[in-house]
Amino acid sequence: MSTSWAIISAIIAVIATPLIGGLLRGVDRKVTAHLQGRIGPPIIQPFYDFIKLLGKKRMVANRFQMACAWGYLILIITAVVFWAIRQDLLVLLFILGFAGVCLVLGALSVKSPYSQIGGHRELLQLLAYEPILLLAAIPIALKTGGFLIADIFNYGQPLLPDLWITFLALLIALTIVMRKSPLDISSSEHAHQEIVRGVLSEYSGPYLALIELGHWYETVLLLAILGLFWIVGGLWWLAIVIPLVCWFAELIVDNIFARLTWSWMLKFSWGIGVTLIALNIFFVNLGWM
Amino acid sequence: MGLLTTSRMKSPWLLHYDCGGCNGCDIEVVACLTPLYDLERFGIVNMGNPKHADILLVTGTVNYRNKRVLRNLYDQMPEPRLVVAIGACALTGGVFHNAPNTICGVDKIIPVDVYIPGCPPKPEAIIDGVIIALEKLNHGK
Repeated sequence: MSTSWAIISAIIAVIATPLIGGLLRGVDRKVTAHLQGRIGPPIIQPFYDFIKLLGKKRMVANRFQMACAWGYLILIITAVVFWAIRQDLLVLLFILGFAGVCLVLGALSVKSPYSQIGGHRELLQLLAYEPILLLAAIPIALKTGGFLIADIFNYGQPLLPDLWITFLALLIALTIVMRKSPLDISSSEHAHQEIVRGVLSEYSGPYLALIELGHWYETVLLLAILGLFWIVGGLWWLAIVIPLVCWFAELIVDNIFARLTWSWMLKFSWGIGVTLIALNIFFVNLGWM
Repeated sequence: MGLLTTSRMKSPWLLHYDCGGCNGCDIEVVACLTPLYDLERFGIVNMGNPKHADILLVTGTVNYRNKRVLRNLYDQMPEPRLVVAIGACALTGGVFHNAPNTICGVDKIIPVDVYIPGCPPKPEAIIDGVIIALEKLNHGK
C-alpha cells in the first residue's frame, strides 16, 4: 500500500465511518420501534441527537472526565485508521481496549453511584470481550501468516470457511460492544432503568456527544473486523452483507432478550467464546481446517 | 431556522419528576410513550437522568419536603432547558391548594415554560404542551 493511498483511505475511513455508524443506529431505532408495534423516529434521528448534544452547555464533574471522553474518541479513531491502512490487528485491538479503559476511568472519577456501578460493569465487560477479540487474532494469524490486516488482504481466499468457529465467538463480543441486550450491563440501553445509563450517566452535553460518536466508530469497526473474514476472493459484496446480517441478528436478539447478570456474561463469554476460539486454533493446527 | 435549532426541536429528551400526587398525571405521561401515542416519532425519549434531559415534566404538588429535590434536578440539567408543569396539582396545588404543607405551584420553585391544566390532562394535551415548549426554543423565551 503506497503512502498516498494510505493517507486517502485513512481520511475516507475517518469521515465515512461515523456517517455509516449514525445511519445504522437510526435504522436500529426504527427497526426496534417496528418490532414493538411503534412507528419510531426518522432514520437520521441520531444525527439530530448528536448536534443537539453538541449545542448544550458544558457541565462536567471534573476536568479529568473531559479528558477521558476525548481519549475514548481519539483512541477509537486511531483504531479505525489502523484498519483503513491495514496495520497490525493486535495493536488495533489493544487500542480498542485502552479506549474502553478511558471510558471506565472517566466514569469512576465521579462519585455518583450510577456512574460507579456502570464503570465497574464496563470493566467486567472489557474483561469479557477483550480475550475473545485478542484470541481471535491468533487463528487468523495462523492461517494468513501474520498479524497484519494487509496479510489478510494478501491471503487470496476468504477466511470464513476455515474460521467460522472464531467468527461465531466474535458475535458474542459484538453484542457487548454494541451495548445490546442481553449483554448491555454497563450502560442500559434505556435511561429510565435501574442504573440510569450506568457508565454514561455522568457525561452530559458535548461530552456525551463525543462518546456517542465514538460508539458509532466502534460499532462500524467491529463490523469491519467481521468483514475481514470475507474481504478477499470472489463475491466481495459478501464482506459487506455478512456483517450487516450479523448486525441485524443482534437487533432481533436485543429485542427478545432481557438483560443478564454480569456473572452470566463472564461465564458465557469465557466459557463459550474462548472455548470456541481454542477449538478453532486446535483444528487449524491439526490441519483439519 | 438553523441546524442547531432544528436538532433541538427534533430531539427533546424528557425527564419526568412526580412531586407527589394521585399518580393520575404520571400514568398519562407514561401513556404518551406507549405504542398508541409513540412519542419517539418526534425524537422524544424518556430519560431518567437530569444530565441528559432537555425538558423537565413536573407532575403533582410541590411541598416543603421535595422542593429541594425539584430544584436539584433542575440545576443538574444543562441549558437550554425547558420546564412543563402538568396537571392541576403542579399548576396551583389542585385539591391540596392552601394545605399547610404544600407550596401551591411548581413556578414558585423553578421557572415554568408551559402549563398544562387538567386533572389529569389527556396524553394529547401533554404532547401538545411539549410541542409548544419546543416552539419556545425556536422563537426564544
